[in-house]
Amino acid sequence: MAERARQKAGEVDARVAAGEAGSLAGTILAVKDLIVMKGGRVTCGSRILADFVSPYDATVVERLEAQDAVIIAKTNMDEFAMGSSNENSHFGAVRNPHDRQRVPGGSSGGSCAAVAAGMVTAALGSDTGGSIRQPAAFCGVVGLKPTYGRVSRYGLVAFASSFDQIGPIAQTVQDAGDLFRAMAGHDPKDSTSAQLAVPVLDEHSGEKIKGLRIGLPKEYFADGLAADIRTAIDQLVARLAADGAEIVDVSLPHTEYAIAAYYIITTAEASSNLARYDGARYGYRAEQSDSLEEMYVRSRSEGFGEEVKRRIMLGTYVLSAGYYDAYYRKAQQVRTLVRRDFEQAFTVCDCLLTPTTPTTAFKLGEKTADPLNMYLSDVYTVSVNLAGLPAMSVPCGVDSANLPLGVQIIGNAFDETTVLKLGRHIEQSRVER
Amino acid sequence: MSYEAVIGLEVHCQLSTESKIFSGSSAAFGGEPNSHVDPVCLGLPGVLPVLNKTAVIFAIKTGLAMNCRIAGHSVFARKNYFYPDLPKGYQISQFDEPLCEHGYLEIQDGNESRRIGITRIHLEEDAGKSIHAESFVKSDETLVDVNRCGVPLVEIVGEPDIRTPREANLYLTELRQIVRYLGVCDGNMEEGSLRCDANISVRPAGQKELGVKTELKNMNSIRGVERALEFEIARQVKILEEGGSIQQETLLWNANTNEAAPMRSKEYSHDYRYFPEPDLVPLSITDEWIADIENSLPELPSARRRRLAVEYGVPEYDAAVLTDNQALADYYEEVARAAGDGKAASNWVMGEVLGYLNEHNLNLKDLKVTSENLAALLKLVAEGTISGKIAKTVFAEMASTGEQPDTIVAAKGLVQISDSSEITGHVQQVLADNPTEVEKFLAGKEQVVGFLVGQVMRATCGKANPKLVNQTLRDELQRLRK
Repeated sequence: MAERARQKAGEVDARVAAGEAGSLAGTILAVKDLIVMKGGRVTCGSRILADFVSPYDATVVERLEAQDAVIIAKTNMDEFAMGSSNENSHFGAVRNPHDRQRVPGGSSGGSCAAVAAGMVTAALGSDTGGSIRQPAAFCGVVGLKPTYGRVSRYGLVAFASSFDQIGPIAQTVQDAGDLFRAMAGHDPKDSTSAQLAVPVLDEHSGEKIKGLRIGLPKEYFADGLAADIRTAIDQLVARLAADGAEIVDVSLPHTEYAIAAYYIITTAEASSNLARYDGARYGYRAEQSDSLEEMYVRSRSEGFGEEVKRRIMLGTYVLSAGYYDAYYRKAQQVRTLVRRDFEQAFTVCDCLLTPTTPTTAFKLGEKTADPLNMYLSDVYTVSVNLAGLPAMSVPCGVDSANLPLGVQIIGNAFDETTVLKLGRHIEQSRVER
Repeated sequence: MSYEAVIGLEVHCQLSTESKIFSGSSAAFGGEPNSHVDPVCLGLPGVLPVLNKTAVIFAIKTGLAMNCRIAGHSVFARKNYFYPDLPKGYQISQFDEPLCEHGYLEIQDGNESRRIGITRIHLEEDAGKSIHAESFVKSDETLVDVNRCGVPLVEIVGEPDIRTPREANLYLTELRQIVRYLGVCDGNMEEGSLRCDANISVRPAGQKELGVKTELKNMNSIRGVERALEFEIARQVKILEEGGSIQQETLLWNANTNEAAPMRSKEYSHDYRYFPEPDLVPLSITDEWIADIENSLPELPSARRRRLAVEYGVPEYDAAVLTDNQALADYYEEVARAAGDGKAASNWVMGEVLGYLNEHNLNLKDLKVTSENLAALLKLVAEGTISGKIAKTVFAEMASTGEQPDTIVAAKGLVQISDSSEITGHVQQVLADNPTEVEKFLAGKEQVVGFLVGQVMRATCGKANPKLVNQTLRDELQRLRK
């Protein structure tokens, strides 16, 4: 890892000197440890892959290095991206740089903490139900989840294939946008990546947001939202209105079913995606088993952590004969309804504005005993993944305990431009104040 | 009581694409174990499948040739189960939305023709191979060879329309011939590029309700399928006649003992937890694409058999032999056209050519007798330049040297003697040399004519036109009689 970074840095120096530097020259990156790099370990925060070395590079790594970014580190994460606090890592919990007694959020907690602490210019995370945006909010940094299909997943170790997206975590919207553009675009190695041109964005152009129709979904401002966050967003909305944005009240009526549908479909996909970690060919294998079945059971029981095992069991259950229709099929129907809610909303507005999280960063250990309560930290982020839409969390001040809080901008499919533009405006207006 | 069997066959065909169905490594048979691999077919963390377009085209060809409806929209699904030779822990297959449905194959038994329904044909990936019982494997170990992982397969699921082991044989023979004609599968059951499982039940003749079925696996030849079905019918009938009942189970055929034995129940009690494969988008196939593929189909075996019978006037049996494979049928047609005699061409191809190939264990492509040269030989016979008998000698020479027939005929002086004065001379000499036989003839023993003809042929080294010899001999003998 270090050797590769040094070598790349040398190359970049030479290219800068020759006047041929790529668009990301000077950018120092960290990469969440479920994105593979040739010759490097990719642990996914799990014992089962603790010593696994990848023989190939992820497409995003190739694309970022092609633009002269230097990747210096892999970052800790919740095991296989399953978690909202980064406490589910085989390698130990990540702490929030703003308050070390608190979690950084998850699952891209390591990436967000590294950016917040200024260790790197920016980092890559992955977002399946909020894993970029929720920790970005907790750590006070910018986190963008692109539209599903916008960024290649080749080389991203899968949690839930129809949800996962790689995205940038950065200190500024501009950096996030630059990284996004370098990574995005069709990849022949990922059949689900879209064959759409990546727009040359104009969020830096200083264009005002006059006339931009911003929707406020009422379901995202109901009970359970911390008062400080509500106040901060109310004030932001007032400023945006004053800047000429048109504020529209909208409704996403199936929001209340989103968490349930999300946990059914993602665990179903995960139960299948994680079947390959069985001790037979690579990864952790329990010693001295008397039969193939015992080897499977012990390797997986010892190799996976509690949260991962919980989700594999749940996902296996919902796909089982006799339960498929009641759970998996039903959840897919809910997914369609959630998607339609957004389509409906985007007929009257250009983007949506919501809180990223219901609370600011909570204390380490506060929710570990109560998985359902932990799942609710993603209440505002999972719908976006069900619908495959782009969304970004942008810092929006601090609460009374001086902890960062984030506002989420949700765009229409493949309209990252509007998301970045509004994000840039919010960021600028805070700086100006 | 008489019983009727109800048989449905599931056939897997490995498609002969260059690369695997979802990745770039070689799909060729064999190879050093674990050498035809890449991160995708190894199921390494982070990889994604990308569908091989040629595999789709091959599957559509198969569907069209088997009279299926090709779905405009079909979906890949994951079939989940744990096994060491299945690197991802699931097989990418198709489940409730297959590529092809509602087809049939026509089988011909003598003059009887029957349609066997095809429920569906879908695309999927093959698994690797677990190696247990080889000399180089320790007794408590299993080795895995993943070369076969990701080789494209079509699974052809037949309706339970087959009633006898013989029909099963005819169905498989027809199916194999079709995939070979299409060039989508080499049909080699021993190497496993064509595999067949059978579902079978029996019921008293005339009964409507189906009996309890069993599944037969591990047959590695068409004859093996037929034998296994014969075995299983006899086994099921015996159980029923003794008042027992059939267990629904899977049996493995053992070609060495000619018996089928039940698998351990654990090995097949799977809940596969199928769900749509999220790493692949649904397969969309336009009518235009289907039409393009349909236009590219070769003439299929059944059509070619019919055409040969009509166009060249050969019997249906001959047509079936000649169309066994495209190369042979092409060769036959070239000979027939160039020689201008379909029947003679058929006799020669089915007799001398196939006989020679069989005897020397050769393929048609190894035969040194080109279709052009064989046609030239047939012409020499037709024109009376050489006799049919000499032609066989010439053919043997052509087959061993590859030379043209007229070169051989000229070099060996094999031209047929049809000059009547020359033949008369030989005949008179033979009669003069064999006074005893002539006496016998004059005494009424007509049979000696054969002997005398033989003497003339010998005197001319077989070159004399036999018809002319016969005629001349009889004329001369008649003259002596007077």
